[in-house]
Amino acid sequence: MSFLSLTASDRDEMLAAIGVSSIDELFRDIPQGVRYGRELDIAPALTESELQRHMEELAGKNIVDEVCFLGAGIYDHYVPAVVDAVLQRGELLTAYTPYQPEMSQGVLQAIFEYQTAICELTGMDVSNASGYDGTTVAADACFVAKHATGRSKIVVTEATNPQVRQVIKTYAPGFGLEIVEVPHEGGVTDPDRVREAAVDAAAVIFQQPNFFGNLENAPELAAAANDAGAMPIAHVDLVSLGVLEAPGEYGCAMAIGEGQSAGNAMSYGGPHYGFLAARNDYIRRLPGRIVGETVDAAGERGYVLTLQTREQHIRREKATSNITTNQTLLALAGLVHLSLLGPQGLRELGETCMALRAYAQTALASAGLEAVFPEKATFKEFAVRTGRPAREALAAARAKGIYAGYPLGRDYAGLDDALLVAVTEKRTVDEIDRLAEALS
Amino acid sequence: MKLIYEKSQAGRRGLGVPKPDLPVPEVPPELARKSPPRLPELAEPEVLRHFTKLSTRNFGIDTGFYPLGSCTMKYNPRVNERIVGIPGFANLHPLVEDDAAQGALELEWHLQEILREVTGLDAVSLQPAAGSQGELTGLMLFRAYFKDKGEDEQRRKIVIPDTAHGTNPASVTMAGYELTPVKTDARGNIDVEDLRGKVDEHTAGLMLTNPSTLGLFDENIEEIRDIFHSIGALMYYDGANLNAVCGISRPGDMGFDVVHINLHKTFSQPHGGGGPGGGPIAVRANLEPFLPVPVVVQDGAGFRLEYDRPKTIGKVRAFSGPFGVFVRSYAFIRSYGPGLKEMSEVAVLNANYILARLKDAYDLPFDRLCMHEFVLSARSLKKEHGVSALDVAKRLMDYGFHPPTIYFPLIVPEALMIEPTESEAKETLDEFIDAMLAIAREGAESPELLHDAPHDRPVRRLDEVRAAKNPVVRYRFEEHPVEHGAGSRQLEAQKGA
Repeated sequence: MSFLSLTASDRDEMLAAIGVSSIDELFRDIPQGVRYGRELDIAPALTESELQRHMEELAGKNIVDEVCFLGAGIYDHYVPAVVDAVLQRGELLTAYTPYQPEMSQGVLQAIFEYQTAICELTGMDVSNASGYDGTTVAADACFVAKHATGRSKIVVTEATNPQVRQVIKTYAPGFGLEIVEVPHEGGVTDPDRVREAAVDAAAVIFQQPNFFGNLENAPELAAAANDAGAMPIAHVDLVSLGVLEAPGEYGCAMAIGEGQSAGNAMSYGGPHYGFLAARNDYIRRLPGRIVGETVDAAGERGYVLTLQTREQHIRREKATSNITTNQTLLALAGLVHLSLLGPQGLRELGETCMALRAYAQTALASAGLEAVFPEKATFKEFAVRTGRPAREALAAARAKGIYAGYPLGRDYAGLDDALLVAVTEKRTVDEIDRLAEALS
Repeated sequence: MKLIYEKSQAGRRGLGVPKPDLPVPEVPPELARKSPPRLPELAEPEVLRHFTKLSTRNFGIDTGFYPLGSCTMKYNPRVNERIVGIPGFANLHPLVEDDAAQGALELEWHLQEILREVTGLDAVSLQPAAGSQGELTGLMLFRAYFKDKGEDEQRRKIVIPDTAHGTNPASVTMAGYELTPVKTDARGNIDVEDLRGKVDEHTAGLMLTNPSTLGLFDENIEEIRDIFHSIGALMYYDGANLNAVCGISRPGDMGFDVVHINLHKTFSQPHGGGGPGGGPIAVRANLEPFLPVPVVVQDGAGFRLEYDRPKTIGKVRAFSGPFGVFVRSYAFIRSYGPGLKEMSEVAVLNANYILARLKDAYDLPFDRLCMHEFVLSARSLKKEHGVSALDVAKRLMDYGFHPPTIYFPLIVPEALMIEPTESEAKETLDEFIDAMLAIAREGAESPELLHDAPHDRPVRRLDEVRAAKNPVVRYRFEEHPVEHGAGSRQLEAQKGA
């Protein structure tokens, strides 16, 4: 086994030092009744070259050469080469959580810089070091809201990503939460409906742009929540925040979301990272790791994991969360991508997505596909009616090498003929023309 | 070292964005961004150098020995990083129809089968994102199972030993259960007499790490199993220490009903400075109907995601789970094959070797053979020479080693929890042992050497109290960026920062 160094004589010397005669004897505390007497039924070991071949064969069974207009929460954005180069630095890749700050200033400073970037993008005061993904940070936010307000009702808009809503509902019984959904009207959420639902609620969660790609009147939704004393929580796309207003600027208490768009390959759904940021009022209630600035014994600036008295290893059953492992490496990928883009690049990225999306909307309309939500402002994603079951339209387009979008009928009644089409900066005018032709 | 924000100059950028010859639509003014985010502005070479420099201020397994107890810091094969980047994996969207993801689903299905075999249980969900989420998911399954039997109102308590990871009690709270703590006996096992007095018809189950965080296999596991199963309660296995027993003893055979597996520990997903992880759960057949959706199933010659599970608890994470983690762990397992048993044997041999050679120099709270890790105490050093476990840990850095886990488990004062894993050469173990022996001598002879450690890391000991008292958790652009102490400019010049 090429990952193991011990020779036969090493083993003999070590057993002698321990004072046992065999490796078996090391396991004498395990009762015979619970020993496993057989060889594990796992296929024989592969050498590195055999493994590479086997994995390429598996990867070859996936279809990734269709032009991707599929989004619905995970997007085909470009990941720059520098991201890969940084992530392959072994000192970062193979480190554990930075419990010993003197050994971990690199990761700690990177997390501090990530927290800063997330705060800048969302207009918040504090960010944690990342959560698992864009769904679990929503459950985390509910937990914060429940304890901050003493209320147990959570309002979530129906135009919020269905998987986010499913995860919140799965966590709800344990948290003692009641989940109330506010339906959309014509693809957006009516602030008055939110105002009614938000009475006695701990939080109102909405998505901007929402799951249909439409821009909500987010300031009005946040105001409706605030009027009822509920915490407005915006679920946002990092890539949109060069052109769309930061949630902190329109009164949100927290901002959360899926970070994949910044720095991460789609990778069949993970690992990615969720971000979670809040106003300073909630800093001691946040789940997960937080890095803070301090000084060392020589007065030099340095970074440590801080506010650890919130956390499970100290507070145990009274902790703000059970999280330990998070998604630091993927959040680092996000930071590197955002650092390459800078404010101007992020703005241009948003503008390019919008320009291509607008072209796609026009092209599909010209091809006879009706908008599901006409006249609604969108960012990089929009819904069209295909005039037949959406799965049929999808299959027809796939036959022409185009993966045309996400069938909304999977999650919404009455939208069986609708496709949600996502357009990133990687798409071209030519590819969009092919999409229109394939769906016409 | 400067923050990347302190290297920023207006007008620079590190990445171009395609600009199609198309009009850019207006965002409605009330929804448009008013002032740009203050992201860094640097050209590409400076971005790469910044993060490369950060990496030189960090220590990973690739750098050296990392015996961080309970974290299983083993070698992460480089080929796995290449494999995860194969376009057929990296560029696959999670919402494609199943026919476009047959390779991914086949891999996930094989991984499920392997985890069934290693744990000795019947069904697997890969969805949980980390060990602690696996725990929470397992407890949700407990509740769903008892609700289905009409016993959820009655069974409100989960038993957890005092040696447990902090995640266990935190998960209990998040699942809406109450905690029943149980003591450890003089041999480091669960105190069975204490346990008998605490288990009754209100008990939903047990959460146990076995081997425990003391690195000891519970010798009474069969008796414990009988206690719980005789009253219809369930048993949860925290798989954090599975690296000790692969192919040697299976949690299902020990009587556990739900197990989580930390793919980032036993099965070598690189930990990335804090994550990602993977926390699949394996369950006994009676809990299978409640697993999160989707579940990967074999269907004729192909594979598909199954959502139609009427009794499912729902979803704990998006999609089928952190796929890239599955790719790496599956590749790692295929590199070992049935030799996973040898992996565990060597991990246990390495731990016992260090233990045998250090137990005279430090206090040993439980004098037994250990499994894949063990816990020493610096209690005598502290009492006689004022040298703490923290001091020992910091001094180890001067010798070029990452310190062990310290002050855990909580029941051992001045604890030093050492887990070498199977990855190390005997020479490395000997160097570490020599360093630990030297530090024990230094502690007695010149304690200040330990109090002042580390001496040659990029920073000295950091003021954690200050960080928590006045939290600065983001760069404050408005303020003077750096508060230097006396002499720091000189230090900065020496370090060439």
